[in-house]
Parts: sequence; C-alpha cells; structure tokens
Amino acid sequence: MTLTHFLFGRLTLAAFQHDFIVYSGVFSMFGGIITVLAVITYFKRWKWLWTEWLTTTDHKKIGVMYIIVSFVMLLRGLVDVALIRAQQATSVGSSQGILTPDHFQQIFSAHGTLMIFFVAMGLMFGLINLVVPLQIGARDVAFPFLNNVSFWLFFAGVVLINISLPIGDFSGAGWLAYPPLSELQFSPGVGIDYWIWCLQIAGIGSLISGINFLVTILKMRAKGMSLMKMPMFTWSVLCSMILVVFAFPILTVTLSLLALDRTLGMHFFTSSFGGNAMMYVNLIWAWGHPEVYILMLPAFGIFSEVVATFSKKRLFGYASMVWALAAITLLSFLVWLHHFFTMGAGADVNAFFGIMTMVIAVPTGVKVFNWLFTMYKGRITFATPMLWFLGFVVLFTIGGVAGVMMGLPAVDFQLHNSLFLVAHFHTMIIGGAVFGYFAGITYWFPKITGFKLNERWGVYAFWCWLIGFVVAFVPLYILGIMGATRRLDHYDPSQGWQGLFIVAGVGAAIIMVGVGFQILQIVVSIFQRKQNLDLTGDPWDGRTLEWSTASPPPFYNYAVLPEVSERDPFWVQKQSGKTPEKPVYKDIHMPKNSPFGMFIALFAVMFGFAIVWHILWLAIVGILGIMICVALRLSSDDTDYYVSAAEVAKIETARKVVA
Amino acid sequence: MTHETESQEVQKFGFWAYLMTDCVLFASLFATYAVLHNNTFGGPSGHDLFSMPYVLGETFILLVSSYTSGLAMLAVHKQAKNQALAWLGTTFVLGATFLIMELHEFSSLIHDGHSFRTNGFLSSYFTLVGTHGLHITFGLIWMAVLMVQVFKKGLPPKTTSRLTLLNMFWHFLDVIWIFIFTLVYLMAAR
Amino acid sequence: MKLSRKIFLVLSFIVIFALVLFTITRGDNFALFNPAGQIALKERNLMIFTLLLSLVVVIPVFVMTFMIAWKYRAQNTAAEYKPDWDNNVFLETIWWGIPFLIILILSVVAWRSSHELDPSQAIVSSKPALTVEVVALDWKWLFIYPQQHMASVNMLEIPQGTPINFKVTSDAPMNSFWIPQLGGQIYAMPGMTTHLHLIADEEGIYQGASANISGSGFAGMKFTVKATSMGEFSDWVYQAQKSSQTLDAVSYTKLAQPSENNAVVYYTANDDNLYDTTVMKFMMQMQSATPTQVTSYQDSTTPGMDMSNMKM
Repeated sequence: MTLTHFLFGRLTLAAFQHDFIVYSGVFSMFGGIITVLAVITYFKRWKWLWTEWLTTTDHKKIGVMYIIVSFVMLLRGLVDVALIRAQQATSVGSSQGILTPDHFQQIFSAHGTLMIFFVAMGLMFGLINLVVPLQIGARDVAFPFLNNVSFWLFFAGVVLINISLPIGDFSGAGWLAYPPLSELQFSPGVGIDYWIWCLQIAGIGSLISGINFLVTILKMRAKGMSLMKMPMFTWSVLCSMILVVFAFPILTVTLSLLALDRTLGMHFFTSSFGGNAMMYVNLIWAWGHPEVYILMLPAFGIFSEVVATFSKKRLFGYASMVWALAAITLLSFLVWLHHFFTMGAGADVNAFFGIMTMVIAVPTGVKVFNWLFTMYKGRITFATPMLWFLGFVVLFTIGGVAGVMMGLPAVDFQLHNSLFLVAHFHTMIIGGAVFGYFAGITYWFPKITGFKLNERWGVYAFWCWLIGFVVAFVPLYILGIMGATRRLDHYDPSQGWQGLFIVAGVGAAIIMVGVGFQILQIVVSIFQRKQNLDLTGDPWDGRTLEWSTASPPPFYNYAVLPEVSERDPFWVQKQSGKTPEKPVYKDIHMPKNSPFGMFIALFAVMFGFAIVWHILWLAIVGILGIMICVALRLSSDDTDYYVSAAEVAKIETARKVVA
Repeated sequence: MTHETESQEVQKFGFWAYLMTDCVLFASLFATYAVLHNNTFGGPSGHDLFSMPYVLGETFILLVSSYTSGLAMLAVHKQAKNQALAWLGTTFVLGATFLIMELHEFSSLIHDGHSFRTNGFLSSYFTLVGTHGLHITFGLIWMAVLMVQVFKKGLPPKTTSRLTLLNMFWHFLDVIWIFIFTLVYLMAAR
Repeated sequence: MKLSRKIFLVLSFIVIFALVLFTITRGDNFALFNPAGQIALKERNLMIFTLLLSLVVVIPVFVMTFMIAWKYRAQNTAAEYKPDWDNNVFLETIWWGIPFLIILILSVVAWRSSHELDPSQAIVSSKPALTVEVVALDWKWLFIYPQQHMASVNMLEIPQGTPINFKVTSDAPMNSFWIPQLGGQIYAMPGMTTHLHLIADEEGIYQGASANISGSGFAGMKFTVKATSMGEFSDWVYQAQKSSQTLDAVSYTKLAQPSENNAVVYYTANDDNLYDTTVMKFMMQMQSATPTQVTSYQDSTTPGMDMSNMKM
C-alpha cells in the first residue's frame, strides 16, 4: 500500500470534481460559514460563544441551537426543492432539464434525508428541549451533559451530510436507500456510506435524547404533578420518546448491517450469497413508521397547548387525548408493512396491516374533534399559532384521507411510489409536523427570548405556506392519479404532466417566499424587540407552569421548585387570585458546562468520514478519541456546582424590579 | 430521599432505559438471524459448524461470572473493599475467558473458510454473537477501570452506584447470551 | 377584511377547486381513472369508495372547524363562554364511535379486496391464460413468452380479454412492474419471483413503467403495452419468432449490461430454463458444464474495504 493510499484511503482529487450547480452550492455554503466566523470575530464573541452556547448544559440554550441549525438546514432542503421542481418542470421530451439523472437522484435523496433528520427532528428536539423541563417544573433534564452530547451528535450528522457536497457524492438511492441498489454492486461510490454514517451518528444522538427525556418526564416532574396532571405537550413528548427508545435501536442495527455489507463484504442484503433485501425493507420501516409518529406526536401536543390557550378554555377530553396518544404509540408498531404492500407478502398479511393502518386513523381523528370542542364555547383569538393550527386541520385531514385510501392494499397497488404518495406524506409532515413546530416556535418564542415575534409577518408567512403548499402539492396528487411515478428525472410530453409540474414549481416558490417572510419576521422582531418585550413572562395568558417564569427564565428555571395539585396549574393559580407566598431560597445544584460533547462529535465526524473514504488510521483515531473523551468525562469530579441561596435571591429580586 | 440518592435513582432508571434500547437492538439482530439462518448459499449450516460442548463450556463460564458479579455486589453493599475486588477480579477473569473462547471459535471458523463474508447465515451469526462479544468487551474494560477506582479510592457512593450499573449490564449480557445459546446453538443442534 | 368574508372566500375556493379537480380527472391522461382491465377497474372503484366514505368524516370536520372558529371568536361576546367545560361522554362516544364504525366497514372492505385483488390470484376466465416472464434489467424490461418461444424488450403485446400470468423477477436492483391502466404494481426482486395477474378488457395501447428507483437510468424504464385481438397477437408472435436474434445465455448476458432507453427488440427464445436460471443463480452457486457467465454483475468477490492490511 502506498503512503497516499494509507493516508487518504480512496479519497482522491476526483472527489472534488463537480458540476456547476454543486460548485455554486459549495461556494454559498463556504460563503455562509466564513461570514458567520467573520461576524463572530469582528464582535469578539468567541469566548462568549464557547462558554454561553457551545459547551452549555442548559436545556434552553441547547434547544435554541437545535432550532437554529434546523432552520439553516431547511434552507438547504428548500434549495433542493427548487432544483427538483425546476428539473421536473423542464426535463421533458428531448430536454434533459438542468440536472443529470445521477445528480437529480442525489438531490432528492439529500432532500428527504435532511428534511426528516436534520430539520424535522431538529425542530422537534429543539422545542422539546426548550419547553419540557419548564413545563414539568424541573430545573433541567435528567442528564444535562448527555443532552449536550445529543445536540453535538446531531450537528455531527449535519456536518457529514454537508461535507458530502464538496467532497465526493451523496446517495442517489432515495432517503431510505433500499438494497440491492444501495449495496456495493450497484452503488460502489461513497454516497451511500455518507448517508449511512450521517444518520447513524445523528441517530445515536436521538436515541440518547429519547432516554434523557423519558427519564426526565417520568422522574423529574414537580411535586403533585401526577401523570394525569401533566400538560398535554409533555404527554405527547413522553409517548414520542417511548417510540424513540423502541424504534431507534432498529435503525442503528439496520444501518450497521448495511455498513457491514458495504465495508466488510458481508451478505445481509445482497442479491446473492444468501442476502435478503426484503429484510432491509422490513427493518427500515419497522423504524420508519414509528419515526413519523415520533415527529407527529409532539406537534399534536403543541396544538393541544395552543388551542387551549388561545381559546381561553380547558383542553377538551384530557383523558381521551391521553388514551388516543397511547393508542397511537402502540399501534404505530403494528402498521409498518403498509409501506410495501406491493412487495408481495400475500393477501392475509397485507389485509392485517391495512386494517391496522386504518385503525390508527381513529385515535388521530379523535384528537381533531377534541381540539374543535376545546374551541367550542371558548373565547378564541387568532394569533399566528392558531392560524397554523387551522391550516393543520385543513391539510392534515386531506392528507389523512389520502392515507386511508392507500391503507387499502388493493388501492395502494396503484398509488404506491406514485406522486400521490409523495403528496400524501408531504401533507402529513408539512401540514402536520412542520405547522405544529412553527406554531410552537411562535408560541414559546417570547418565553425563551423575552420578546414576541412580529405578528404581521407571521401571518403573511402562514398564508404563503398554506397557499404555497396547496399549489405545490395538489398537482402532485393529480399526477399520481395520472400514473406518474415518483423520483423521475425525465418524462415524455405525451404524458401530459408538464403543466402540473410547472404549477407545482410555482407552489414551491410561494412556500419559499413564506420562508423569506419568516426570516424577515425574525429580523424585524429582533430590531423591534424593545417595543414587544414580554415583561410579565405570560404574554398569552397561558395555562401551564412555564408561563409562571420570567421571560427568559433564569438559568435555573425555578428558584423554588413548584408544587401543583391540578392540571393547568398556572391558570388555576391565576384564577384563584391567591398571591404566592414569599419564597424561601435554598442552594441550587446545577450542572457545569462541558466541552466533551463537542469533542465527541468532532471525533465522530472523523470516524464517519474515515469509514466513508476507507481511511483506517483516521477511523481508529476517531474511535479512540471518543473513548478517551468518555473516559475523561466519567473520571472528572468537576461536573457540577451549587448556586448559593443568596445569589438566587439576588437574581429573583432583580426580576421583580423589572416586572 | 437525599438529593444524592435521588440523582442515583435517576441514574439507575436512565441506565434501565438504555438497557431497554439495547434489548431492542439485540431483538433486531435476532430477527435478522431468524430470517437469514438458513441462507447458507449451499454451504454448511449451523448444525454442521457449531460445537455444542464448546459452547456449553462458554455458557457455563459466563453464567458463573454472572454469579460472581452478584457476589461482588454483595461485598460492595457490605463496604467490604477487598472482597469486592476479589469477586470483581474473578468475574473479569471468567468474562475474559469467555471472550477468548469466543474469539477462538470465530477465528477457527474463519480459518476453515466459513467467514462472515461467505453467506447471509454466517454474516448474521457473526454479527449477532459478535455484537454480544463487543458488549462483553466494553463491560470488561468498564470493569477494569472500576476495579482500579475501587483499589485507589475504596467504595464511595459514586463508585458503588457505578458498580451497580455495571452489575446490571453484566446480568443483562448474561440474559442475552441465554437467548443466543437457545436460539442460535440449541436450535441448530436439533 | 371581515372574518366572515374570509371564511366564505375560503369555502368557495375549496368548492370550486373540488369541482375543477372533478372535471379534469375525467380526462384521458388519468390512467388510474381510465381502467382498461377489470383489475384496474376494481381498484379505481375502491379508491372512489374510500374517498367518499372518508368524506363522511371530513366534511363535518371542515364545517365544524369554520363554524366554531367563526362563532366563538373573541370579538363575538354574545357567544356563550364556558371556560371549564371540558368533558362530555355523549360527544366522545360519537367521535370515537363513528370513525370506528367507518373503519370497521373499511376493514371488511380491506380484507375482502386484499383477497379479491391479490396480485398472485389468477383471473377466472373462459379464455386460457397467457404466461409472460418479466425480467427487470438495468434499465429496460425483458418479456419472455415461454409458450411462444419468443422474447421482447420494452414491448408487451397481449391478446385482449385474456388473463395474463406475469412471473416477475429482476436481474438488477429492486424494481416495480406497473401498468397503471391494467392494474396495480408488483415488486421485481432478484432471486425471487413475484406474481401478477392482469387482463386487458379493451384493445388499446397502454403505458408501463418501473415504480421503484433502480439507478440512474430508471426514468427510462418505460415499456409499451399493446392489447390486440387474438389474430393480431398471433401475427405479432409469428413476426417476432422470425427474429434473427436468439435469447440464450450469451445474448442474455449482453442484454443485461447496463443500457438506457432501449429500443424494442425481439428474440427467439428456445432456452426454457433461462428465466429459472436468472432467478436461481442468486440462490446458489451455479454449477454448469458450459461456462455460462450469466451476467458480469454476478461477482463472487464483493469489492469492499481494502482488507490487505487488516487482521481478520
């Protein structure tokens, strides 16, 4: 083996050769990174960044970091959308459009992968981090250091998928990379390996977070907050974390097995030598279906909070809502085969999973009715979070109907892998999860930052998203009925599809305008923050504990841990008109910052990159680095500290002066 | 409950949650083995390749190590440092023996041309059993580190709680092995 | 703008939209709504049935949403305000119960239709079935007509009104064999045979495609389906059988090489075992006297990480 081969594995200069579009992407990416670095340097904020943000164990800051990173990735995902829509609107007949088939396939694969893992999961974990400890009256999560690690592993995944842009290629096998296409025989390059490792690393971060929040919710609730007195968002997160804990190990295994096939020449999913590609499909969807409920349940929880608050009314049917969540959690493990009815499992098996799929629609529908009857005989204000909710009701219902249709195996035989399917799942994820997260961000923004978001731009953004979504995806439903398959980089004009693709492109553009409005909203809000300060900590006349803290809360959340006796404890407290007693302050035990999360992620990126490019020495450095960081962290005694009661008193008094 | 014991409770609960995820991980590997165990692509099956006496020996050693690990915990609860070290050391030796036996089994299979690259059956066999072996390896490293800590610092609460977690881990691996022994080796011997 | 006007506009938009949708889906290009065979017809009817049944829930939800949002908006101080009213067993029973009933109906429909429209179920007909063996290749479709001893690439001509038994496999990544106007799809997988039964009740030309991504040439995996009279079909077979090309192990290997946008080609096919060999070669080592290097993809050493420096 030559020295070059030893040092660089299969990485050669060829990995840096790309077409114009990729170079533009790389250029923008680097431009963005350099700008950010320059700004931080100019304002001399490196130390602040390190101590206040990068090494923090504070769940609120970790939440903010998740959301910022997710939003940046959303922008990359939308660039992918622009390219996909442009290609499909122009690649007809003799024109090959703007992309080669190979490049197009990488783009939609990257689009799906990053939207699910690095936008949706990131926004979700961001909101969960921001809100759950505050909502349950706790000071932080159960394992604050691991929380930091989770964020950095998520970021490591982001780094890897973005490195694949300048160096090498990404997967062209779709967001789930089915074998045999994803095996070495048909995909000998580095793309699939990048895909495997960015997900594997981020997936471990998600798994750790799942354990963290499961334990936090079960063990760290305020005194008196029994399970049936928890806020509904917390309930939804609990169920979602149960799903994470049971589903993500399956993903870990599946990705590992594919990696073993590709890296060590094993035969789990190869066409020959005793491999079974159908096993992969089963395993990946045994994870994949719970995954979509992992994303959806917290969004449902957010809507429960938002609808109750903005209707100034108790959530209708609390127990029913909890049972619905539990039912969905359980059932989500019993439907996975509906993703491949066409693989030929036979009528009995198909029918069973089809029936289960339709059964799961019942508790989901029940929730919608409960929300509506929360609004009934309430006093509703249509702040932006409520608008997102109304948009959700419209879109989710439509998407749900499409889902029930495809839940019938015989119908699915015609709709599977068509654009009808694509429209359906986008309706659910965007209309369901993303709208929920947007509502949540708008709702809890003042709590975390201390000032409200500009309403007007929020309303404009909402309408652009809703209208844009309809214009972008109704054509796709129609195209599905016309027999159009998904993932096509080219088609014949005789199909009559081009007009609809062009309309879809316009819709996508409208959504992008909406995102532009969201960016504008943030910028304007920051500039106008002094006029929109949340001085009371309770800008929406909220119902749950988090609204009893200052905006933003002190780093320890609660000077005195609250005790509750009912649901909607803050609302009850406000209604009773009782003034809270003078608090007795005690020393507060807080976790210290730690750089090890970052370092572990750095070594993880090294490891992932090394495996992709077959650089053995770097892989060993990566593994050893992680192990050393873990060992150093575990042997450290300097991981926490106490805030004196006097210090707490000082902070609390300062707040009261401002209020 | 004091603040310290409360956080130890939380730690234990978190570790249980982690063990649950490890359970799902192994379940997925078992499922894969169940699907692939007959995919020999014309080659020999487990029936032909596995040696029951040898595996019985491994199993016995691991089961005893679980017992000695329990004895170590009893000593820890009694704050009997030297006794704890002795039993931990015994557990370590037994665990290492198990691992060496397993590595020997693997290398002789590979040497005979039955490697994890040969077919789906062997891929899934090596991965399932090998993942268990990897867990044992990490357990042994953890055990060694803790033994050094006990030797140097005795048995303060932080160390005893970590020993408790290790003990849970070790028993868990034993349970997984019983499943492997049954579903992989015993079923192949039929 | 007043909220009531906004709601009116939104509702009218929805209604007009639905009407437009309804109208345009009558067009010829709507493959799924223009079935040419009984399988596709039944599948279409199921689609419509499910859609209509779902509307039983959807329409009340939409109506209620807008009515409640409108009536209980904060500005409408005349509306009753019951902030603590959060429970009603009767209502809960309705909205757990009715969806449950609908799902019950759909479950029965699901069970029945899954069995009735099971792709591996033969179509009952007085006419004898025609067997076509389908091999998905990179990136074209090979159709072998074993009874007629001929094969074609990207062209599937079948007699009208005759049940067709498709035996589907792949010598390439996973594909999906789909003729929308005749019926639903079935996955094509290497080392496996899946079965699909379709019938063209009307003569005509239909489009076929692959519905599962299989690499860079996947979009070009289109094929033409022509349902003709029995006489025309026999003529077509006869012409194809006069082809100068024979489909044997050697020519098959050549055909299996990656290629895109293949033109229609015909072969005579006298090797009755070709399809079975194509499936079986993935399941066991092929022992044959003649060196049938069936396809260059059949590798016995999978390329992977350079192992020369790793101790195993």
